[in-house]
Amino acid sequence: MRLIARRLKLENMALLRYESQVRAPLIEDNKDYHQVTVDICRPVEARPTRLWWIGFSISVLLLCFGIVSVTMEVIYGVGQWNLNKTVGWGWDITNFVWWIGIGHAGTLISAILLLFRQGWRTGVNRAAEAMTIFAVICAGQFPIWHMGRVWLAFFVLPYPNTRGVLWPNFNSALLWDVFAISTYFTVSLLFWYSGLLPDLATLRDRARLKWRKFFYGVAAFGWTGSTKTWQRFETLALVLAGLSTPLVLSVHTIVSFDFATSVVPGWHTTIFPPYFVAGAIFSGFAMVQTLLVVTRKVLGLEQYITIEHVDVMNKVIVLTGSIVGIAYLTELFVSWYSANPYESFAFAQNRVNLSSPYGWSYYIMMGCNVLSPQIFWIRKMRRNLLVTFFMSILVNIGMWFERFVIIVTSVYRDYLPSAWSTYYRPSIWEVGFYMGTFGLFFTCYFLFAKFFPVIAVAEIKHILKRSGENYKAKMDVVEHESIEQFTEKHAHDHGA
Amino acid sequence: MAIKKFVVGCFDDEAVLFPAVKKVRRAGYKIHEVYTPFPIHGLDKAMGLKDTDLDTAGFIYGITGTATALGFISWIFTSDWPLNIGGKPHFSLPAWIPITFELTVLFSAVGMTLTFCYLCQMAPFVKKDHFNLRSTDDLFVMAIEITEKTNEAEAVAFLQSLGAMDVKVDRKETKWWLGRYDKETKIFGMKEREAV
Repeated sequence: MRLIARRLKLENMALLRYESQVRAPLIEDNKDYHQVTVDICRPVEARPTRLWWIGFSISVLLLCFGIVSVTMEVIYGVGQWNLNKTVGWGWDITNFVWWIGIGHAGTLISAILLLFRQGWRTGVNRAAEAMTIFAVICAGQFPIWHMGRVWLAFFVLPYPNTRGVLWPNFNSALLWDVFAISTYFTVSLLFWYSGLLPDLATLRDRARLKWRKFFYGVAAFGWTGSTKTWQRFETLALVLAGLSTPLVLSVHTIVSFDFATSVVPGWHTTIFPPYFVAGAIFSGFAMVQTLLVVTRKVLGLEQYITIEHVDVMNKVIVLTGSIVGIAYLTELFVSWYSANPYESFAFAQNRVNLSSPYGWSYYIMMGCNVLSPQIFWIRKMRRNLLVTFFMSILVNIGMWFERFVIIVTSVYRDYLPSAWSTYYRPSIWEVGFYMGTFGLFFTCYFLFAKFFPVIAVAEIKHILKRSGENYKAKMDVVEHESIEQFTEKHAHDHGA
Repeated sequence: MAIKKFVVGCFDDEAVLFPAVKKVRRAGYKIHEVYTPFPIHGLDKAMGLKDTDLDTAGFIYGITGTATALGFISWIFTSDWPLNIGGKPHFSLPAWIPITFELTVLFSAVGMTLTFCYLCQMAPFVKKDHFNLRSTDDLFVMAIEITEKTNEAEAVAFLQSLGAMDVKVDRKETKWWLGRYDKETKIFGMKEREAV
């Protein structure tokens, strides 16, 4: 094999980029480098469509609703929310964990799949990373505004202050969260933006209008694409990927510590870190599907984000969904096996018991997260866009309910039975705040899709000769050659 | 700021570019730079560029972060303001692992990115020239520096023989300069060139 590989190498440069025919092409149709640039830059360079304006307006409206809700909360305090004695964080922390979870797919796709050398990541990584950044911004809103007196938010930072020598508690999971999420946001932003530089330079060099030349000129940081720059760029990308991989796992681990380090029955479990990480990847991929199934259609990028991409991501969804399912069952088993009455009360009475006040939410969670993704064992379903879109929404609903179940069902019945009658129901301002983060998220996403290339142009060019349909077709002849034929042909060329 | 002369040739396929780079170097020409629309693995080696030390820098930034976090937290919790939390030890290393890890990653990532920008001399509002605007689209552009010893016409002919298209002689100022992209792109030394 090594001999053949060496021969192949010497035979033709194109063969260096050879990839087996078993893998479906990742770039469809007859493309060359210029066509790739033109296709991906087209939506950025064209005027916004009516559909874009409609979507953007709805997002801004939702954002305004969110701003009003937050304003109400700032003026009147956290009392505007229907939190009560035992449910101290209701929708607020549910939404926080939900958004942070969604924010995990981008870095997973861009970092872990980069390390695993997965070619298909190039079609989806840019949009997924952008989604990550916007989701983390949305997530960050919840703990910040929940502080009530938000103008004192800087108290969480460790700095020499005038309130006596008072430092934050570094042993607290909540402070770990502050560090984890701000680090995650910063590193994701650096990773995303450094990856954008070459594509911004492409847009800059194609620009005709004055403002475009200026805007992309400033944004591209003077990128030239010299070999030395690319060499450093690749090193930077690789090391950032290496750093982001444990980082992405650490962030949701630390978020799960917010619960797991407490002694509340239903939270106090060691399974939380892996279970939360799997759930985060699960919901993140679902959100990527929701966005990309629409984006590829609206921006006409079906040849770059192919059915193959959708298929692969659905496989990740069925895998992580099943991991999450096993985690649910393990939790149930342990609550029974531990023979701890509080633990089994939290599970058997407050969750599994359908006739308990919040029993219904447990079954929504189970249905959406564990049962419904199993449909993706069927190849036909994985490759069906409508099913994928519907399932992605269902998974996101399910994952929201997972956090709701964990948070609310664990605390609404505490150790004082006289407090049990209080049924937690969110106020309009809690719902409004949540809707507002949708507005924020989609406003950012629409702006991103309009002003930046949603697919990494340079990376697509990089895999074009390996995974492009037309290039693979050329290689077909070589693949079907038997080894005897091949060696016969190349036996006497001595690698010349 | 010296003005230098370059012979610039464009290639439309990396499979043509690679042997060309080798032959140009073998012929003794000095390759100023090759501009490509995407990273081409092995081109840096073919051009004889040294490996980058950016990863080592990243490691140094990383351990700086580790040391900062551990030093800072242990100073606060053991000497500056020792909090008694349920009689637990002041020096509680396991509880500090998350923050130490996060700061390691943060320092390393931020430091490396800034170093990357510094080494490549990249920042907002920086403007540089890369000879051909299509080198960020679909062309691989090779610039050969011309000295007193080089025969210009020979170099042009040599590049053409290697499969380069659109070979021409260009003059550039060698230093990076600040500028704005909305101004009409003019190649430096245009007047001079017209006079010639």
